[in-house]
Amino acid sequence: MLQDDTRSEVSLRINGVDRTVGVDNRATLLDTLREGLGLTGAKKGCDHGQCGACTVLLDGRRVNSCLQLAVAADGGEVVTIEGVAGLEGGGDLHALQRAFLEHDALQCGYCTPGQICSALGAMAEAERGWPSHVTGDTSAGVAGAASLDAYEVRERMSGNICRCGAYGGIVAAVLEVAEADGGRS
Amino acid sequence: MSTTTQRATGAPIVRVDGRAKVTGAAQYAYEYPLENMAYAWPVQSTIAKGRVESIDDSAALARPGVIAVLTPDNVARLQVDVELPLPFLAAAVPDLSLLQSREVAFRGQIVAAVIATSLEAAREGAGAVEVGYEEQAHDAVLRFDDDRAYVPGVVNDFSPGNVERGEADRAFAEAPVRIDATYSTPAEHAVPMEPHSATAAWDGDRLTIYNSDQGPFYSSLPISALFGLDPGQVEIVAEYVGGGFGSKAAPRPPTMLAALAARLVDRPVKVALNRPQSFSLTTYRTPTIQRLRLGAERDGRLAAIVHESVQQSSTLVEYTEQSVSSTRLLYAAPDVRTTARVRRLDVPTPGWLRAPGDAPGVYALESAVDELAVELGMDPIELRVRNEPDADPETGQPFSSRNLVGALREGAARFGWEGRDPAPASRREGNWLVGTGVAAAHYPALVFPSTAQARAEADGGFVVRVGAADIGTGARTVLTQVAADALDVPLERVRVDIGRASIGVAPFAGGSIGTASWSWAVEKACGALLDAVQEHGGVPPEGLEVQADTTEDVGALAEMSRGGYGAQFAEVRVDVDTGQIRVDRMLGVFATGRVLNPRTARSQIVGAMTMGLSMALMEIAEPDPEFGDFANHDLASYHVASNADVRDVDCVFLHEDDKNLNSIGGKGIGEIGIVGAAAAIANAVHHAIGLRVRDLPIRIEDVRPALQDLRVR
Amino acid sequence: MRPFAYERAEDPAEAAALVAERPDAAFLAGGTNLVDLMKLGVAGPGTLVDVRRLGYDRVEHRDDGGVLIGATVKNSELAGDPGIRRRFPALSRAILAGASGQLRSAATTAGNLLQRTRCVYFQDVTKPCNKREPGSGCPAIGGSHRDLAVLGTSDHCVATYPGDMAVALAALDALVHVRGLDGEARALPLEDLYVLPGDTPHRETVLERGDLITGVELPAAPAGAAMHYRKVRDRWSYAFALVSVAAVLRTAGDGTIDEVRLALGGVAPRPWRARTAESELIGKLPTPENVQAAMGAELAGARPLPDNAFKLDLATDLVGAVLRDLTEPEEDR
Repeated sequence: MLQDDTRSEVSLRINGVDRTVGVDNRATLLDTLREGLGLTGAKKGCDHGQCGACTVLLDGRRVNSCLQLAVAADGGEVVTIEGVAGLEGGGDLHALQRAFLEHDALQCGYCTPGQICSALGAMAEAERGWPSHVTGDTSAGVAGAASLDAYEVRERMSGNICRCGAYGGIVAAVLEVAEADGGRS
Repeated sequence: MSTTTQRATGAPIVRVDGRAKVTGAAQYAYEYPLENMAYAWPVQSTIAKGRVESIDDSAALARPGVIAVLTPDNVARLQVDVELPLPFLAAAVPDLSLLQSREVAFRGQIVAAVIATSLEAAREGAGAVEVGYEEQAHDAVLRFDDDRAYVPGVVNDFSPGNVERGEADRAFAEAPVRIDATYSTPAEHAVPMEPHSATAAWDGDRLTIYNSDQGPFYSSLPISALFGLDPGQVEIVAEYVGGGFGSKAAPRPPTMLAALAARLVDRPVKVALNRPQSFSLTTYRTPTIQRLRLGAERDGRLAAIVHESVQQSSTLVEYTEQSVSSTRLLYAAPDVRTTARVRRLDVPTPGWLRAPGDAPGVYALESAVDELAVELGMDPIELRVRNEPDADPETGQPFSSRNLVGALREGAARFGWEGRDPAPASRREGNWLVGTGVAAAHYPALVFPSTAQARAEADGGFVVRVGAADIGTGARTVLTQVAADALDVPLERVRVDIGRASIGVAPFAGGSIGTASWSWAVEKACGALLDAVQEHGGVPPEGLEVQADTTEDVGALAEMSRGGYGAQFAEVRVDVDTGQIRVDRMLGVFATGRVLNPRTARSQIVGAMTMGLSMALMEIAEPDPEFGDFANHDLASYHVASNADVRDVDCVFLHEDDKNLNSIGGKGIGEIGIVGAAAAIANAVHHAIGLRVRDLPIRIEDVRPALQDLRVR
Repeated sequence: MRPFAYERAEDPAEAAALVAERPDAAFLAGGTNLVDLMKLGVAGPGTLVDVRRLGYDRVEHRDDGGVLIGATVKNSELAGDPGIRRRFPALSRAILAGASGQLRSAATTAGNLLQRTRCVYFQDVTKPCNKREPGSGCPAIGGSHRDLAVLGTSDHCVATYPGDMAVALAALDALVHVRGLDGEARALPLEDLYVLPGDTPHRETVLERGDLITGVELPAAPAGAAMHYRKVRDRWSYAFALVSVAAVLRTAGDGTIDEVRLALGGVAPRPWRARTAESELIGKLPTPENVQAAMGAELAGARPLPDNAFKLDLATDLVGAVLRDLTEPEEDR
């Protein structure tokens, strides 16, 4: 096989900026962000979709960037932790980031970017009315992010492991923002 | 000691590095973009014991992007016979002596490494290295009655392997009420969210390693010694560390791999282990098998305790945890024997994991105490109170402070212990069987010598430097608070720099000694700086800087028994159909001296209790006897608590004013939150279903045998 | 991971052609399992053919109550689909019981059906595995097998199918739509997609080279039936099943069972439709005794190993609990 077949040029819109980068087809979106583009906010915790530290928003959905090939994400729109504050229109910090600080929803900080991106995705899912595994009435779903309770948030955030055990603060922070505005700000 | 008005310490200050962490700006060891970076990927042994006979790297070298293959033939020779000042640093050396011999001591040992221009190429190359072995029969299974296990001279906390007061075995035999039970705990892994990572760069004979490290200064000692360098020639940078829990308190193989690889190719090299690699290369909590014998009078007074534990270590290092140490001082039994044995197996080297020794040891002790309470028909809190000693039962030394009884009483009141029906399986809520449990916690309060520097700038700002590491504890924040108070200035005027070996002598973030030790040096430096400023009649334009060293202060501490105490409470429910176990709530009450920052202190304790929940119900690295490694070695098969598992976990600190500890009056809180947590949960499970599970973790299949008879609705 | 070429197919014929001309090509959809296995060295395709833009990304509800689910519909979209939630709530619940929110928003219907076992030996290329390397041996039988299968195993392999969604699909009588390399379309019952290991554990499905799953069809759920999915695992979220049960139940006025469909997860190399138990239960009350007898018959051929034998009673108890809860619901929060 020609060496050329195994590399690609990939265009991504990352945190509102168009970027084009040459990648080894084997490179994941995570490694492309971290090693190729200098965006080290998304973290590599397990590299196998087992911890959630690499969570970013891809086309508005939360995904494990460690399992997305960059080449397959070509044309996609990516939001990483570095772009989260910008979602609020260039504010200093996103409300969720402030809530994480206030509730001490972090210790070592390594899972934190993934937690925050995941929470944004989870709130968007709830805004669509999507149920979780613990929603009492699957058919009815939920009435938006503001309707989530701690039980729901725990389940919806369980794809993000925090070994420091900051779950209580994480749930409180997500609930505070979800109740305030469904995470739309 | 400082006499300034206290303002910042004791206040729930928001983490000073929190902003960097929630924005992704915080820089971890693998995230330093050095010019011309290369990537190394280890090749690991696929045998558990034997010798590397051949390494064929030709196919790997032919892969695009591969720069070199590091092997025993081209690796830099290390000074493997070095002497180091601290035994635990010496203990790190055999595993750091990468590729210095062809002997294989465990499956997963690094036998070569591929260095390439990209991560993808390094990994592909590693898969192409052909290693030939001469394989020998291995033994990787721990057994209680293995006669090759031996009693070591000293264990990890420097106490002897065997300690006896009175005649414990005889006193046990003569006691009217006896508990004789054997407990086991499995191998457990720290699995910090940031894998062990290092970026190494050489500049002549100077080495800089950006390292995921709990103790940059200590780490610089074995690394410099192994390379035959002076400690000052090795800089370790650990600005942000994504958790460690003991596993990063000494340098581990990936750190040395980065340094050796960078030496070979003469360019910066970085290494981050993946999860499977981590399970054999970053230490783990040894499995334990523990036999507890408690002899008591009918009124509950303990007459005898015999606590025997067997643990494993590798053939490279004798590492024996202090799993029996807390047993010697928690209760006032006159006759006590504690014996720790270690069996050297063909396994990866175990090491520290949060509350080493005490986490598994107190689990066993506090389970046995609960069994005794049931046997006596006595409330488990009253049983513990009845055996409260006046002085350290082991040494006779006074306690600097001890408030186990207060923690138990306060916890009982807050938890709603009163009115608890002690009868097992007595509480049914729908399909759930509900139970509550309690356990005591203890962890020694230690302090190590440290240095610090304080600098006054002409603009009114202050910079304090201490070789600390903040692995998520909040140390950077707390040290800023301590410095601000010592300087009697607002927090905003103080910057605390940490995370560099070159700052000077400082202990690691481990063993709950970090903050107490660093704070002392910081306070002392700040006090000296104020004196110097006064002497100078102000801060000169070029600034003013002083140094402090607490070696003498620490050495001058009176002989006392110092430790934190706590009471752990848990309520669990067990699904009567399936055996699923849910922890509804946990409450820990701790007497750990002064709390410097209630916000971060609470997080640390709650986090440790959460780890205790994991330990009780989920965590097990399953030995694979045929191959000699752990069968499960990723985060999908090695379970730690997820968000959904953790409901109401709360902690309370009792006020404690202990003048005999250290300058800040704190006892350290990194470890104690996990101690006793698993026992409280195990005791609650027993209360819920009436079956005593003595092997951790307690899983569905362990509780199901009790359910059949409890299913009547 | 070996280097590979990447091709994004724009229509099914192109996807087929790309695979036809490259013997080591593989289809890529969500990638959540395939990329994982490529990193581990378990899979090593020379070409990835991305099939996410072939138009199989819709959930089409039919007036008769049935539905056609596109192969590349994301798991999260499927679980959230209002029609699926209303007509097949057990399917939504099963999907939501699996993996995590972020994995579900990448993983697809067909990819989920074809995910590979999480047996620790299958995933560790430094150890033998008959599924990965035929004839090399199965260390799980004498080693780590707690999570593995008790039904449908052989002396060569005891791997478990790890998914949740397919378990619900099995209980819902799903048909899998397949497009052959030649463009020919066919449909087969979901149960027939999977092949038990026997002495060829490397062969897991009946799919031939170039076969592309294009969708899954569900007939209307039985009128008046209730359905549920329940999963038992080692933690409360984000873990594979020890045992799971999908059940569809309709009872008569006297409480006896009119119609029941049961599928088990976590116990076999494929979603295990418990047809023996189903027929035993027809006309009876879902009492613990009747469930015990029915499941006893179902599990008669089980081959438990020392560390996973608990799954047999657990499966029985879980079926009993699910049937009980379908007849007398209890909030289990």
